[in-house]
Amino acid sequence: MKRPLAILGLALLAVFPWLPLGPARLYILHVAILILIWGIVGTAWSLMGRFGLVSLGHGAFLGVGAYTTTLLWNFWGISPWLTTPLAVGAAVLLALVLGYPCFRFRVVGHYFALVTLALGEVIRLLIIAERDWTGGSLGLTLKDAGAFNPWAIQFADKRIFYLIALGVWLVGLWVWWRVDRSMTRSALEAIGEDETAAASIGIPVTRFKLRITLLSAGLTAVGGVLYAQYLTYLNPGVLAGIGVSLQIVFAVVLGGMYTLLGPTVGTALTIALSEYLRVAFGVKLLGMADTIYGLVLILIIIFLPAGLYGGLKELVLRRAAPARVVRAPSG
Amino acid sequence: MEPILIAEAAINGILLGGVLALLALGLNLIFGVVDIIWIAYVELVMLGMYAVYWLVTAYAWPLPLAALAAVALVTVLGLLVHLLIIAPILSSPPVNQLLATGGLLFFLQSFATFLWATDHRSLRLALPILEVFGMFLSFARLLAFAVSLLAMLGLYLFLTRTYMGTAIRAVSQDREAMALMGADARKVYLVTSGIGGAMAGLAGALLIIQYSVHPHFGAAFGPLTFMICVLGGLGNMFGAVVASLLMSEVISVGGIITSTEMAYVVAFVIFIVAIFVRPEGILGKRE
Repeated sequence: MKRPLAILGLALLAVFPWLPLGPARLYILHVAILILIWGIVGTAWSLMGRFGLVSLGHGAFLGVGAYTTTLLWNFWGISPWLTTPLAVGAAVLLALVLGYPCFRFRVVGHYFALVTLALGEVIRLLIIAERDWTGGSLGLTLKDAGAFNPWAIQFADKRIFYLIALGVWLVGLWVWWRVDRSMTRSALEAIGEDETAAASIGIPVTRFKLRITLLSAGLTAVGGVLYAQYLTYLNPGVLAGIGVSLQIVFAVVLGGMYTLLGPTVGTALTIALSEYLRVAFGVKLLGMADTIYGLVLILIIIFLPAGLYGGLKELVLRRAAPARVVRAPSG
Repeated sequence: MEPILIAEAAINGILLGGVLALLALGLNLIFGVVDIIWIAYVELVMLGMYAVYWLVTAYAWPLPLAALAAVALVTVLGLLVHLLIIAPILSSPPVNQLLATGGLLFFLQSFATFLWATDHRSLRLALPILEVFGMFLSFARLLAFAVSLLAMLGLYLFLTRTYMGTAIRAVSQDREAMALMGADARKVYLVTSGIGGAMAGLAGALLIIQYSVHPHFGAAFGPLTFMICVLGGLGNMFGAVVASLLMSEVISVGGIITSTEMAYVVAFVIFIVAIFVRPEGILGKRE
């Protein structure tokens, strides 16, 4: 029933870069690519977040992904095609090292958030401390490989990047959709509601939580690689640590983490907001843009706790059918 | 590495631990009573530092008076944070609560950047340096340590000797029982937030005599404070002090041996491992 609509939407997205977008065409494309890349990351976060696994450390996976491919390219010239699996592997390994004891010892709620926050900080500080080869807090620039180089995944033409980002984003949505339709989801929802009860009816709690965490970390690392390939400049303050982790979570909560497109819609809104503020204030009034951003964030959390998209959808659904109650597990 | 330098770093670690303990106690109270982590807690400390800085440099207030004003100001800020941000979302999911105070972090950091730019500002006090057994100890740090100890003693007396203090401790031990016992939840939350603010303000006044202040001051101390707060165990004042001393020693001595960043990495890894092994805090009681 919905299929024709979805196909039409996809076709529109695919030809979007070739539409007559006016004089600001390049800028609009740039923002669209950013939305897709961060949409992937937000979707990855919501894989865990919707089950009450609130991570404040996704910056760590993002940073590990981005720095792995960039460093291997810069030092040894190994193509990101070959090193992306490595980057994903590294993020998954990191998630395993942190996640297994976390779930084994039942670190949940605020404590889980703080442990992941510590992980994000550890990665950020390690990047800064190893400044001899990571560039430290000054950042790292991806070595230029020409205007069109498929081997290095470097293209001057933004349209190509747009299509790549779109493809990866669709893969991310597909992963989300698969999880949504699977037994994993039922199991994780049960675990989110009451871990002890879930364990008592034979759900392997640790394994399910671990699986979704590894999946989320891996997908986030892919987002990190894309970010690095597109922007060609990495900075530990932007890619790891508490700031970026909070922004990911905010986008997802704004859009709603219980729907397929929620994280992407939230990402689009936050990017639109911050880009608008950046353009509006420019270089004068340094700090004003982020001040308003923070203020809007607080107001939205207080007045729209279910998120913008989630709230609207709830409203529409409530008319059609009794709304499904989505309850986030408490701490 | 000369042993004397390490000894000096160890003593500096203890002195820093005093101020960190103050912060950890304030946050610990809020976390224990209201069950919300104020991600922006150290941003309040930063505002306290700026308050002292401007009162002393621009308005030529004497330092002790400026410090008192900073404590009063941040106490009010603590109350405002609770009334304006925390109170409306008390029953929201934890992720929303984290985000609201996270938004406050962005807001305060950027607003400070907007008002005062990113310059590092320091009071440049001409306080003496003491020489003890060949080690150089800053008088400012000793002073900060002594004041922290006094403040902690005051907090301890308040929590154990007054009705309100007892109510606060009771809530942090058993939230559900509070209403049954007839304690006024709103008042308890408000007083706790005020105390949290006062601790942040005092810590700010004690930190500005040792460090320079800038809008991103919280980036280093913020996460560290959450870690110490949890490491010490909720509602455990003694634990908070021990955890502060442990972490500040790791950072101070580790910073001398390797680099500041590496020392922080070690401290955070210790935190992560400690949560796995003893989630109730290093000195906490097992349930």
